[in-house]
Amino acid sequence: MQAIINRAKELLADGTVARVLGWKAGDLPYNPEPAYFETEEELKDFVYNGFCGANLSKYMIEASKLEGKTMVCLKPCDTYSFNQLLKEHRVDRDKAYIVGVGCKGKLDIERIKKQGIKGIESIEGAEISDEAETLKIQTIYGEKTLPYADAMLERCHVCKGKEHMVFDEQIGESKETKDAERFDEVAKIEAMSPEEKFAFFQSELSKCIRCNACRNACPACSCRKCVFDSNKFDSSQKANADSFEEKMFHIIRAFHVAGRCTDCGECSRVCPQGIPLHLFNRKFIKDIDELYGEYQAGEDTDSKAPLTNYTFEDAEPSIVGKRG
Amino acid sequence: MQRIGVFVCHCGSNIAATVDVSKVAETALMEPGVVHAEDYQYMCSEAGQAKIAAAIQEKGLTGIVVCSCSPRMHEATFRKAAERAGLNPYMVEIANIREHCSWIHKDMEEATKKAVILMRAAVAKVNLNTPLQAGESRVTKRALVIGGGIAGIQTALDIADAGYEVDIVEKTPSIGGRMSQLDKTFPTLDCSACILTPKMVEASAHEKINIYTYSEVEKVSGFVGDFTVDIRKKARCVDMDKCTGCGVCQEKCPSKKALSEFNRGLNTRSAIYTPFAQAIPNVPVIDREACIKFKTGKCGICSKVCQAGAIDYEQKDEIITEKYGAIVVATGFDTINLDKYDEYAYSQSKDVITSLELERVMNAAGPTHGHLERLSDGKAPKEIIFIQCVGSRCSDDRGKPYCSKICCMYTAKHAMLIRDKYPDVNVTVFYIDVRTPGKNFDEFYRRAVEQYGVNYIKGQVGKVIPQPDGKLLVQGSDLLDNRQILKEADMVVLATAIEPNPDVRKIATMLTASIDTNNFLTEAHAKLRPVESPTAGIFLSGVCQGPKDIPETVAQAGAAAVKAIGLLAKDKLLTNPCTAQSDVLLCNGCSTCENVCPYGAISYEDKEVNDHGIRETRRVAVVNNALCQGCGACTVACPSGAMDLQGFSNRQIIAEVDAICR
Repeated sequence: MQAIINRAKELLADGTVARVLGWKAGDLPYNPEPAYFETEEELKDFVYNGFCGANLSKYMIEASKLEGKTMVCLKPCDTYSFNQLLKEHRVDRDKAYIVGVGCKGKLDIERIKKQGIKGIESIEGAEISDEAETLKIQTIYGEKTLPYADAMLERCHVCKGKEHMVFDEQIGESKETKDAERFDEVAKIEAMSPEEKFAFFQSELSKCIRCNACRNACPACSCRKCVFDSNKFDSSQKANADSFEEKMFHIIRAFHVAGRCTDCGECSRVCPQGIPLHLFNRKFIKDIDELYGEYQAGEDTDSKAPLTNYTFEDAEPSIVGKRG
Repeated sequence: MQRIGVFVCHCGSNIAATVDVSKVAETALMEPGVVHAEDYQYMCSEAGQAKIAAAIQEKGLTGIVVCSCSPRMHEATFRKAAERAGLNPYMVEIANIREHCSWIHKDMEEATKKAVILMRAAVAKVNLNTPLQAGESRVTKRALVIGGGIAGIQTALDIADAGYEVDIVEKTPSIGGRMSQLDKTFPTLDCSACILTPKMVEASAHEKINIYTYSEVEKVSGFVGDFTVDIRKKARCVDMDKCTGCGVCQEKCPSKKALSEFNRGLNTRSAIYTPFAQAIPNVPVIDREACIKFKTGKCGICSKVCQAGAIDYEQKDEIITEKYGAIVVATGFDTINLDKYDEYAYSQSKDVITSLELERVMNAAGPTHGHLERLSDGKAPKEIIFIQCVGSRCSDDRGKPYCSKICCMYTAKHAMLIRDKYPDVNVTVFYIDVRTPGKNFDEFYRRAVEQYGVNYIKGQVGKVIPQPDGKLLVQGSDLLDNRQILKEADMVVLATAIEPNPDVRKIATMLTASIDTNNFLTEAHAKLRPVESPTAGIFLSGVCQGPKDIPETVAQAGAAAVKAIGLLAKDKLLTNPCTAQSDVLLCNGCSTCENVCPYGAISYEDKEVNDHGIRETRRVAVVNNALCQGCGACTVACPSGAMDLQGFSNRQIIAEVDAICR
């Protein structure tokens, strides 16, 4: 963390960047939040630890409109989102000084709490530089320990890898955290009967409170004006048409990001209701891989998008129909 | 609020027998905006159109819905009728209650319910329609013909004779196509070359016709009247201007092992070759796969013997970009691959051949110089068995479901010619049905049976078994006598099914011309527009549209030419106003629409926008309305809904869906 702060100070001092986009400590030990830093003084609040899950690439849409460059801290998985935004002309590469920061897997406070750890006062072992495999958690009920891997976000268990797809410089080492197969959960749902599937999604999506956190955090949901906020369409009313309105919102959202979603997992991370929203997107990714060949959105900035690029080898509609 | 009139057509009994048309009209009156509804026997008739015109004028209608057949059929008719009565033609909507309803349902109550729903959807749409104005576009007075067989040649000649420039693009080194491979033609038995070569010469000598052989269409953009086409002229390695066609290079070429495509691989040719003696142009090409110079770098004999200095090993493919007003597809056919028909022993015995191979065997310029002989040992056959419908009229997925149409006639021809020239040869034909509709066709077939003693057996062949002595044991059934037949033959000829040239898929995709499940190009209307593709400006000539013989192909080629001429004769075309438009305030500038657009109609510009008082420069999509074909791909790809299609706006579509789901 200190290395990032030192470098940020240098870049601010020599005028390379006008501001730094990173994270600052929140009011609790586990909720740092995205923040801009414009002076050395402000940088004393900068933090970077296992709880800095937020994907900062989306903030670069607005930062691209500001005067001067912004130093942005991107984890390996965040760089996929940045690339995708670059491909869609939503961010300006010349306005970004990308520091690829190391990552050893991000932590999921909900998962920690679910394991019976409550009343948290402080957490040791979440620092990036820390080699510890175990978290030491001070709670009002005494000290608890938890293996780091058991506290990780789902997305880190299926990590895309420790390489940054785009960066100006890299600070800190990353760790391989993948220990599960990306599409296992999707395959489980695919194996369900239509009734079971409906019941599963109804039980999950009925928890939705339409807070829009998933949409607001999603780097692919970057429209100037979302169709759900626009009076030009009837989409928002449509989504309110029945008692199970959330399904429409989430299904429409999944279609809108299909082929562009990098599987960064922010939707599920920010959901206050713990809905596994990433499963929708991952089903699309799995289908795209199977029907149009392996494709990872954000891996580069010039490959053709699978759903909007016609080729002679594309699956015939009848074949798609057969798969169901 | 719109004032909408609803007109329900009986279509004789086509609709009225299954749909309660008066009920549809009555129900329509309860729909929002509907002030007039009536039903009539034939809305498309003059009397029907007069009813529409009268209602528009008397009731002051601002929009109409016609519940009738597919808009493909009569949308234009009703739009014109409305326009004559003073209504903007784009205020007309069609509810297809025939193809989408009466023709596919039997139960009157159910069908009526559905017809009402379709009417309701169209009314919901008209409520949101706005008047649109068609623009104009120019017509390039030049036609492209893809394929240089008899179909392409005839079409090109007819268009050129009308005074328009025509380019023929032919994939192989010479024009002539399949017909040039045939020996004699039914039912008159004149020699194929004798009637084809004069046409080839006429086409090549025609001042309005320009032929690109050994060339392929690479890219097509634009639209009716204004297509831009990239043609790849493959490197011939022979300078077409210098070559005199003396043929010395082909004689001296030491590499003579390449299989002759023209002779269906039955013999070989040199690496530098013209496919046949009467080839046009009479300029050889170098087959780089077979050429020793290209394979090893050593040789160069053709270059040394060429007096004209025409050989150019360095020649590169050349891309020619040309503009056309009309495009005619004449890509022809090939015989199907027989890998899935192992029971006929085609891959095991050289004496089992396809009919097209037999054409080459019987041709004086063919591999046996016209002598009928077994390809295995050169012996004269005494017993020949023809098997019909190999891969045609096939119920499983090994073959084709359709009748290849030409086989009955050419088999009768082959049988007759063999019996005429070699009276000691026995000829037997196994058939499912003999189909000979055509002028002088049945007489021709009967002559083969009655005059030439060809033995026709109704029944199929189960297996052909090559024997150790070189004979072929044919096991079949005689359905009329109800008995199994085992018969030895010296030669077996398979009437192999024909299929559209495999390249047609690629070409159809480039042209956005639709294609059926058998890869035949679809016509705009099976009966009324048989030589036009549903894609405007694309015309169909020959077997690419469906199996046909030479007279039919030539007739269709002429028809396609007339349609193309009708288009080229116009100076201006009305453009479709149903094109896409982008809302600058909603546009993200993400390029998704640009990438998905098949017509290259969308580009991006930095524009200053005023978004509720905030002035800023944004990257936004701009649609070129002359290029946009209104396919709507961009409107569904656009994540923010900034792209919308005039006449088919997102709101209109949703209103239709809502009306259907109500």
